[in-house]
Amino acid sequence: MDITFQNVSYTYQPGTPFQGVGLQDINVTIPSGSYTALIGHTGSGKSTLLQHLNALLKPTSGVVKIGTREITPETNNKHLKAIRQKVGMVFQFPESQLFESTVQKDIAFGPQNFGVPIDEALARAKEMIELVGLPANVIDKSPFDLSGGQMRRVAIAGVLAMQPEVLVLDEPTAGLDPVGRREMMGLFEKLHIEQGMTIVMVTHQMDDVANYADNVIVLEHGRLAKTGSPREIFADPDWLTEKQLGLPTTTQFAQALSRRGFIFDQVPLTEHELAALLAEQLPKKAGRAHE
Amino acid sequence: MCTDTIINRHLFQGKYGLLNMDEQKIIQVEQLKYEYPQSDGHLALNNLSVSINAGEWVAIIGHNGSGKSTFAKSLNGLLDLQSGSVMIDDLPLALDTVWSIRKKIGMVFQNPDNQFVGATVEDDVAFGLENQGVPRPEMIERVQEAVKRVGMLDYLKREPSRLSGGQKQRVALAGIIAQQPEILILDEATSMLDPKGREEVLATIHKLKQETNMTVLSITHDIDEAASADRIIILDNGQVYDQGTPADIFAYGQRLLDLGLDVPYPEKLKAALNKLQIEMPTDYLTTERMVDYLWTLHSKM
Repeated sequence: MDITFQNVSYTYQPGTPFQGVGLQDINVTIPSGSYTALIGHTGSGKSTLLQHLNALLKPTSGVVKIGTREITPETNNKHLKAIRQKVGMVFQFPESQLFESTVQKDIAFGPQNFGVPIDEALARAKEMIELVGLPANVIDKSPFDLSGGQMRRVAIAGVLAMQPEVLVLDEPTAGLDPVGRREMMGLFEKLHIEQGMTIVMVTHQMDDVANYADNVIVLEHGRLAKTGSPREIFADPDWLTEKQLGLPTTTQFAQALSRRGFIFDQVPLTEHELAALLAEQLPKKAGRAHE
Repeated sequence: MCTDTIINRHLFQGKYGLLNMDEQKIIQVEQLKYEYPQSDGHLALNNLSVSINAGEWVAIIGHNGSGKSTFAKSLNGLLDLQSGSVMIDDLPLALDTVWSIRKKIGMVFQNPDNQFVGATVEDDVAFGLENQGVPRPEMIERVQEAVKRVGMLDYLKREPSRLSGGQKQRVALAGIIAQQPEILILDEATSMLDPKGREEVLATIHKLKQETNMTVLSITHDIDEAASADRIIILDNGQVYDQGTPADIFAYGQRLLDLGLDVPYPEKLKAALNKLQIEMPTDYLTTERMVDYLWTLHSKM
């Protein structure tokens, strides 16, 4: 399910003294099956754009096409359920939205809301607990007795239980420890590869963009600044530095090496890419050359 | 624990034990034990003993559940310990000393939104001083001074909730330093910030550290933040797993990953190059030294 923005603008509280521009003339496509990273400063319009992905906001002008459905300024707020089911939204710190008495009931709440019978919703909850890597014995526990990282998984399981085609994530690893971060990113990669789920992720971590995304959208002051593959985006380190968006650690390190005299014919994005490029320019360990 | 860790630790104690003879220990905890209610006998702190010198910057690292935050909370009596002793600036922590000890320790927590009480930045920074009954003229002066130090003087009358994450944490820091504590504890104080906010806050802490020579105890997952400490303590299972200078600790490479921790970037690159049969030194290299090393190696081609 492609999501396409055509000349989309969004104005906050139009006609009031608090009027503010959220998005300006955005033209971009999030292709079905892509892993799209959305980057930009605080206030660049990332969250506003996210909320257009399942019609939580409607454009002030222009059209958002979500699959076959068109959302325009005139779209009625009714009958949007199908879109909300297909595009699952995980906000920042989603664990703050947990409320039920047990983990299973909390996860089942979403699908029940979309008309799934309770037995099936509970069965799905059980599957989701496994899918997101929670231990099976949490099922009857109160979500509030779990650790922060586990609570976040419960919240994500609740969104996955609605069986969305697109999963939208707003800084899903903020505040997690390194293991929690690695596991969480592993989960999204698995959903992307094994189920072909479209992933849209807002992130400040350029290493995650380099390691996982295949499509990048850069926003600045509510406008589309650039779009392309991570390699295309990071090919111009000066541009990113000027926009204060940062670079993947590998790319930064490669820059330091270039200043010293190393020559790379392409911008390395991960440590393994950099290692391979360096290995061509470095002597092998003595006695191992024949290997 | 594997043998080489034990050996390392002995070396470490030998090396630092002598150096520290005449330094004043500002934090000394012995044999701390703590179990959270309903945790089925799991000890969050399991015979933990640590001592920290006045003016030292110590980073505490460890995966979630290793006991880091529990340790921090035990220092100023926020937890009722099952056993063990806490000594802060030569005062043993007890019912009659807990308030004096709390004045010596300032804490900044993870979530910038959870620690504001004032309607404006200056009210918020003044809150702790009001609690301590500081006279108004002195209070005004100390608030100004503290807010200036964190670079937020232009925001005195602003509402804390309307500030960016990094600005909020700087205001929280101002609230702490206005009280002139000897010890600053940062409990993952930068983990919810974006890269710019994190940089702002870290730069502010560096500056404060230089100006005041406070003792800084930083509980962190950010390996780059830990790299700026004088000493790193790794906690695991409520105990000290190991400790040493950042260079000592980062040289562990893979072992840090096994402990659920991160390694600095040059170590990751070293591992990747090792796999490709490129000769790499075993000791920890900073980014700068790693670049030098690779260039020297390159010149041998």
